[in-house]
Amino acid sequence: MSQGFHLVVCGSIVPDPLQTLEPIQGAEGPALKNEMMLPAVLDPWAGHALYEAAHLAAATPDSKVWLVSLGPRAKLQQLMMTIAPKAAFELVALDGPAGGFTEAWETAEALAECIKTIPGLDRSRLLLFGGCASASRDAGVTMQMVGERLEISDQFLAVDELTPQENGTIRILERIEAGRYQVSECAGPPLVAAWATGRLPEPPNNAQLGMQNMRSIMPALQKAQPARVGAEGVEFLEVEVPKQRRNTRVVEDASVDEMAREIVEWIRK
Amino acid sequence: MSPDGPRMKRGRESMTTAKTQTEKMALRALPGDEVRQILWRFADRYDLQMAVQAVRALARGPVARMVADGARNSHEWTDEKAALLNEFDASGLTALGMDPEFGGYVEGPKNLALALAAFELSWVDGGSATSAMATNLALGPIHERGTPEQQKTYMSRCVPPQPGEKRTIWRGAFALTEPLPYVGVNTRVLSGGVRVAKWKEGEEPLLQVEKRGRFITNMAFANFVTAAVDSDDERIKGSCMIILHEDDPGVFDRGAPTRKLVHQLSSTNDPIFSLKVPASRIVGGFKVRDGVLVPNYDHAEIIAAVFRRTRVTVGLMTAAKLLSAVEPIIRYQRGRYRGGKTIEPGSAFHELGLQQKEDVLHRLVDIWASGEASAALGFAAARLFDEFDPIEKHKDKVFEERGLKGRAQLKELKKLEKPALEYIELAATPAAKRDAKRFEELEADRLVQFMVQDAVANVLCPAVKLWNTGQGTNMMREAVSLMGGYGITEDCPGFIGQKWMDAQLEATYEGPEAVQRRQLAITMTQPVFLAHFRQWIAEMRRVAGRRPGTGACTVASAMELWLWTLRHLSEAEDADGTPLYRDKRQGVTFPMADALCWLLASRQQILDLLELERRGPENEALAEGLPGYVRFFTDLCHVQAARAAGEVGRLCSELVFGYNRHPSWEAEGASCYQADELEPLDGFIPGIAACARSFTDVVEADGSHPQKAGPCVCFTGMEAFTSMRRKLDGCLTGARMAKDRAARDLTQVMIPEVPDYPT
Repeated sequence: MSQGFHLVVCGSIVPDPLQTLEPIQGAEGPALKNEMMLPAVLDPWAGHALYEAAHLAAATPDSKVWLVSLGPRAKLQQLMMTIAPKAAFELVALDGPAGGFTEAWETAEALAECIKTIPGLDRSRLLLFGGCASASRDAGVTMQMVGERLEISDQFLAVDELTPQENGTIRILERIEAGRYQVSECAGPPLVAAWATGRLPEPPNNAQLGMQNMRSIMPALQKAQPARVGAEGVEFLEVEVPKQRRNTRVVEDASVDEMAREIVEWIRK
Repeated sequence: MSPDGPRMKRGRESMTTAKTQTEKMALRALPGDEVRQILWRFADRYDLQMAVQAVRALARGPVARMVADGARNSHEWTDEKAALLNEFDASGLTALGMDPEFGGYVEGPKNLALALAAFELSWVDGGSATSAMATNLALGPIHERGTPEQQKTYMSRCVPPQPGEKRTIWRGAFALTEPLPYVGVNTRVLSGGVRVAKWKEGEEPLLQVEKRGRFITNMAFANFVTAAVDSDDERIKGSCMIILHEDDPGVFDRGAPTRKLVHQLSSTNDPIFSLKVPASRIVGGFKVRDGVLVPNYDHAEIIAAVFRRTRVTVGLMTAAKLLSAVEPIIRYQRGRYRGGKTIEPGSAFHELGLQQKEDVLHRLVDIWASGEASAALGFAAARLFDEFDPIEKHKDKVFEERGLKGRAQLKELKKLEKPALEYIELAATPAAKRDAKRFEELEADRLVQFMVQDAVANVLCPAVKLWNTGQGTNMMREAVSLMGGYGITEDCPGFIGQKWMDAQLEATYEGPEAVQRRQLAITMTQPVFLAHFRQWIAEMRRVAGRRPGTGACTVASAMELWLWTLRHLSEAEDADGTPLYRDKRQGVTFPMADALCWLLASRQQILDLLELERRGPENEALAEGLPGYVRFFTDLCHVQAARAAGEVGRLCSELVFGYNRHPSWEAEGASCYQADELEPLDGFIPGIAACARSFTDVVEADGSHPQKAGPCVCFTGMEAFTSMRRKLDGCLTGARMAKDRAARDLTQVMIPEVPDYPT
């Protein structure tokens, strides 16, 4: 292949799932209690997308990765301290809310407009990556809408593998029902890949890479444009986090069969 | 309309406003990275922020899993424990202490960087921190005093290989401590020896090193050892530190693992070395004078330079334990009764559990306040050494060029004392009123600046090591007690029981408490330090004027009392006429050192609070919670200031009065009335006899007297002290209200749903 890929990954923060996530009614609609004070992590779906993109870029000469992040600038800065040493990328930051109560349509609009303005981005070589869902609000539609706004019609959802072929085409595995994959072959970029978990583990830390990334990340954060996203016109009737039921018993001598039977009974109930 | 109507409405409005204000000012979530970065002054250092995140992931991932799986239950260095070393390498921790030219990634001095890393690891397990820091300790002598060739050789071997590079990472051990009765507390008494094995004319001498070590960290796998040895040969002068390799000819016996009860994720052995090594392995090199090999640095000089930095890191390891205990204790307290048949969700028993009881909250406030104070003190010291490193290097260079060593160097430094004192005075004078030219001149003089900072460093380092670990261990016992029976089990969330034991080792290794007290007893009386101290009193008063409620005024009053006591003890004698403040009189000097540490920690905690207040608004993520954090940390400062003042007052009173002889009934001239003196007087001054019996001591005609040890002590000559002491007691006003407020916050603060590391 004569030219590498231009990989744009859309990904931002979600509250650390270990924290207490308590929905409350804020002045401007629903919110999470103390959300700005909670530690945040990279949305795990977007994380898979970023690591796949970095891996692909490293294996494909003349490729480059941009991470487009929409979130509160100060929280994004904290996030970068964790991910900068893991993958080579250039940050493009948008300063705005990243909670689970923004409307996917507005988020997609802001992301698409931002991507259009990335200097040096060749949209004919664009692989637009992101998560197929989000840990903050599983709308599952954002990437498709970003793709539409960028006029990319080849869109693949719940991707677990993306392999460039020698003839220039790209082979893609998408998750479908019953634990099976749908295998597609795409003529080439541009395309949208909304990733499921992918196949790669979280990359190890590379402090030197982190230092190198941070040289462009800090200016990018300073230049972050405000993005007006919210949920205009949307009325939230009810908001709640998924309920957990914990009935813990400590049993040390149960057989696997007994455990399986008990789990099935519990599910049936 | 009723005339009461509008008034009632106004009343309701103001109540609503007050409620909102109270909510705003409450501690809403546990302080996160944004708060810590400001408090500990690395908000602008993304290299350090990244390092913290990387080490945290390591600590709360592989390290925590290992502890939870019971890896601490063996003395031996197992394959499982050895796997940690690879994790250190992969996280970037191994290269954190190296300069970029040798494969590191943090520019400049790395005291704060290493302190933060040790803090993060100790949040979960102190042994892993010791293990991670041990190679840095082994490299310490080389870093501080090694030749450029030695630095390049060993630093670059101790970092992970770069892509495409094939080599094994070297690990080091630092061997100073020897089997009893040799080097331990007294680092000068060495039994390890070095002799000339072969020395041909014009060739490099070959040395025979004999050394037995005790409690040597990293010994199970170290590829090299920096060992302290004394000359055992008239052709070698004095002592030195020397580098030994595992493949040097002779015996490199790693020895038996130490059966230690703590820090089991670090390897500790009692090794034996009998090796032939070239003289070029002497750390810092050597010269040959009149046929005698003279090391450029003796071992004491090298370890002093090393320990003054690494001891700060150890102090922070205990601070991390205290702060890490807060969340598990809150979770335990709240969940204590959940699951009981009669405990309904929503009831106070269900939601607050033990937190309904004031005592457990107050005790947790004390633990948290101590943790904040010790972290504040430790990180301040680490930052100071980062600033100080280049200044000290400059001083070393200048003195080396001038050929000044040992006493000659001390003599030269003594000359700098006067300008250093002048600088401190000018620095405290408002810019408009001071001699600007002279101030700039002194500020630009790096030797003067060395004196100015060295005086503080010489106090802060032992203070951190002593107070953070010693008092920290005491407070960890409190933390264990707050977890009930759970606290002393391996299942205790947050590994609090293990941390308590680990803290005791931290109070011991790298110089036990007595060594630190001894050092403080000398350094805290140096004029340059005392000049700083006087300025700090004024600084605390200014802070108190601006920010009442922080406890700054209390700290200032306690500092004045300490200073008065020090002056008094320096001049006073005990009842037997023996001078009090003397090197060997540790009953006097050591408590004064202890008292000082409380003050230094409390002062730094207050300064950190001011930094949070000043820089917090710059961070948008903090906007929502900042008022609550500031209010809560203000209360913690106040609580800690009161504890510090209490300790200082108690210790100073004991020392000031404790060496006087108590008046006795039998002594001649006892300071009391005799009944037969009073009776005649009563005729002239009716009522004086009764009055005297009410207010003072009277010996009756039959020799009987009030039932007590003797006449009450007379405070003549001590008015200044008693007045300051009385004032200090009054300064505690409000401290318990602050504790109550902080305790209330603990019942409301949001904690994570589950711990972020396995237990």
